[in-house]
Amino acid sequence: MDTASKPLLRADAASFGRTEGSGPSLSSFTLDNGLDVVVIPDRRVPVATHMIWYRNGSADDPLGQSGIAHFLEHLMFKGTEKHPAGEFSKVVSGLGGQENAFTSFDYTAYFQRVARENLKTMMEFEADRMTNLLLEESVIGPERDVVLEERRMRVETDPSAQLSEAMAASLFVHHPYGIPIIGWMHEIETLNRDHALDYYRRFYTPENGILVVAGDVTEDEVRRLADATYGRIAPQGKRPLRVRPREPEPVAARHITVADPKVEQPTLQRLYLVPSCRTASQRDCYALELLAEVIGGGPTSYLYRKLVMERGIAVNAGAWYMSSAMEDTRFCVYAVPAEGVSLQALEEAVDQVLNTISAEALDADSIERAKTRLVAETIYSTDSQSSLARIYGSALAIGETIEEVRRWPVEIETVMKDDLASAAERYLIPRRSVTGYLQKSAS
Amino acid sequence: MTASVETRSSSPTTVNALTSPGGVEAWHVESDVVPLIAVSFIFEGGSAHDPADKPGVAQMLARLLDEGAGDYDSDAFQERLAARAIELSFNAGNDALGGSLKTLVKHADEAFELLRLALAEPRFDQDSIERVRAQTIAGLKYQQNDPGVMATRRFFEEGFAGHPYGRPTSGTPESVAAITRDDLIAMHRAIIARGRVKIAVVGAIGSDNLANLLDKVFGALPEAKPLSVIEPAALHKLGSRIVVDLDVPQSVIRFGMNGLAWRDPGFIPAYVLNHILGGGAFTSRLFQEVREKRGLAYSVGTSLVSYRSASMTWGYTATKNERVIEALDVIADEMAKLTSEGPSDDELQKAKDYLIGSYALGFDTSTKIAHTLAQIAFEGLGIDYIGRRNGLVAAVTQADIRNAAERIFGDGKMLTVIAGRPTGV
Repeated sequence: MDTASKPLLRADAASFGRTEGSGPSLSSFTLDNGLDVVVIPDRRVPVATHMIWYRNGSADDPLGQSGIAHFLEHLMFKGTEKHPAGEFSKVVSGLGGQENAFTSFDYTAYFQRVARENLKTMMEFEADRMTNLLLEESVIGPERDVVLEERRMRVETDPSAQLSEAMAASLFVHHPYGIPIIGWMHEIETLNRDHALDYYRRFYTPENGILVVAGDVTEDEVRRLADATYGRIAPQGKRPLRVRPREPEPVAARHITVADPKVEQPTLQRLYLVPSCRTASQRDCYALELLAEVIGGGPTSYLYRKLVMERGIAVNAGAWYMSSAMEDTRFCVYAVPAEGVSLQALEEAVDQVLNTISAEALDADSIERAKTRLVAETIYSTDSQSSLARIYGSALAIGETIEEVRRWPVEIETVMKDDLASAAERYLIPRRSVTGYLQKSAS
Repeated sequence: MTASVETRSSSPTTVNALTSPGGVEAWHVESDVVPLIAVSFIFEGGSAHDPADKPGVAQMLARLLDEGAGDYDSDAFQERLAARAIELSFNAGNDALGGSLKTLVKHADEAFELLRLALAEPRFDQDSIERVRAQTIAGLKYQQNDPGVMATRRFFEEGFAGHPYGRPTSGTPESVAAITRDDLIAMHRAIIARGRVKIAVVGAIGSDNLANLLDKVFGALPEAKPLSVIEPAALHKLGSRIVVDLDVPQSVIRFGMNGLAWRDPGFIPAYVLNHILGGGAFTSRLFQEVREKRGLAYSVGTSLVSYRSASMTWGYTATKNERVIEALDVIADEMAKLTSEGPSDDELQKAKDYLIGSYALGFDTSTKIAHTLAQIAFEGLGIDYIGRRNGLVAAVTQADIRNAAERIFGDGKMLTVIAGRPTGV
């Protein structure tokens, strides 16, 4: 029961590993009631990963009810008429299984990992709670307290998390990606049973779901089990509408600061508003993915070499790109100043480095190295059935196709130097940016 | 010799004990489904062997091994890794310096050569030392006033006062500033040696080929000399409640009591007991009582910590300042109940079912298998442990649980550290 979002300071780039061009021999189909199904065979261990994804996330929270997607994710563990609160978890645990759930901007997902023979039991329970959630009034208050404690733990006690929230809120002037997944404190406090029920009825339908099963299973077996469980849920006629505003073209470079007495180590972050894999025209998203790796992926990246190795003005520096999003998304550049270096001086140095990308960062070796690393990630990810299930589930949940995921390494391989230069010149510009300082305040 | 993980369904992992021509021992799982090789290794000796006045040496050593070795300076070494997407990392804890290597099969020779260089010929160039020092200090400062980090730091300071385990493994900004190149070289000599390392390898590589590579990497390391002795320690200050003042709306709580070492015959019953009290499932007593029923916290749980020279059971939670007393009372109450009444037969059976059934879930990726095997080897539990382990869990009786509860909970006294502004403590 978790919120999924980017970590604040990463030593390495966010390479969202995908599968290699040939990819695993997966299959997909749709049940009569509209539920999409993906099957990813992995015969190494007699284990199955069972995931259900819903095409709704925090960016679909109704106005004034921020956090409802995440709150409902918690409430999904609170029982149905057939299976009272806690029974599902007890059954999973008694079978030696593991379970959890997470909410992101664009989707919500639930999963269990069990011995393969228990797959049908998981499907029965998961199908049951797709439509039969009880939501007794008595569970609402304590669970809301749990979420408030979660927010206190993640954000209210951590100035760097507060800077992240403030930067997103500033980057997205109109789009709900600027609202935290967990919700704002004062709105979580007001969420009630009616909010949860309305949201549940709107989004938890077969047409809105994607079932992903990875592991020691066959397509036929999954189809048979899914028909006998999820297949019995009545369709709603159509997939619920997701109403998402478009972000306007940005005009203002923004600077914000979080100052807190607890901060002993200042940090610098920069976010740029850039297209995602869903909004990019042509091949910009592949260029941005590779660009993030070239300039900010680990100790051989351009930012690290310039700022840390050569100038010694920073102790760490890097970049990442969050390509997986339905609408325009974020490209992050970060740096941690060396002792005695002001954030202003560091920011100037970062800008100098960013301004020389076209001229200096894009040598053939660096590009080749970045491609090798990104493509290897996709092979490494095939070692984990959970990773594969997440890669395909999240892609489909934001409207990508299986074919697009499979083609990803090939697309990365064919990005040219000019594509990178062009992406940097068009997107890494002041008016698209928010710069954030985390620094110490007097008290 | 081979051993298998027995699950209720079938037996997924076959492990071979391999000895190279040069005498290097490793546990090996050959699997060609995915074209990669994962290596995990653990050297005996870690932060507990840091100079008393300079905590942080072992961790700094771990961070410097891939910062230049042999003919390659730091940047050249990192470039060789990156150019072939070879992932190499090192880490140090109280008792050990470990690491992992992951590579595509086609780059295996280069990957093992880079590992050899990192272990045998690290350069410790002064500019690399200064860079890693600055990064380490920045990392320490970044976390300096994090309530969770503060609570943990204080917990170890108090609980293991006067013992090496009481020192911060990553050091302090002051101690890291004082570490010299000679300190690092001495620690490298003391730890990175033959006969002191446990190795596990999983992936698409045959045993002959692997044996040759292992000889190259580990066969030429110097022989081990004895490390300084770390005296056995027990957790101090049971019964104390310590507040670390910090102006935050939520208090982070760490609580600890006695534990049992992994090698202790009573460990498995204690492990089952811990699962019932606060293990990692939504069904544990603390999860139910603290979170589900009362909404006191998002996270709550306990785990067994087994070091070479100490063991403990410790727990964590975080709740708003106004409800700290309530949370502590609920936790103490559950431990008292578990001591006096024990779990129900059904509860015990379900806990065993979970621990038995879920064991195979830890063997589903090459990296996880390698890591788990290296841990088992390091603890000296034997290559047959993965085959025996579920039987040990199945055999746990109510009497075993009562015995474990007595040894762990004792009179119910805990060391409790609270970082925040708790009301009424």
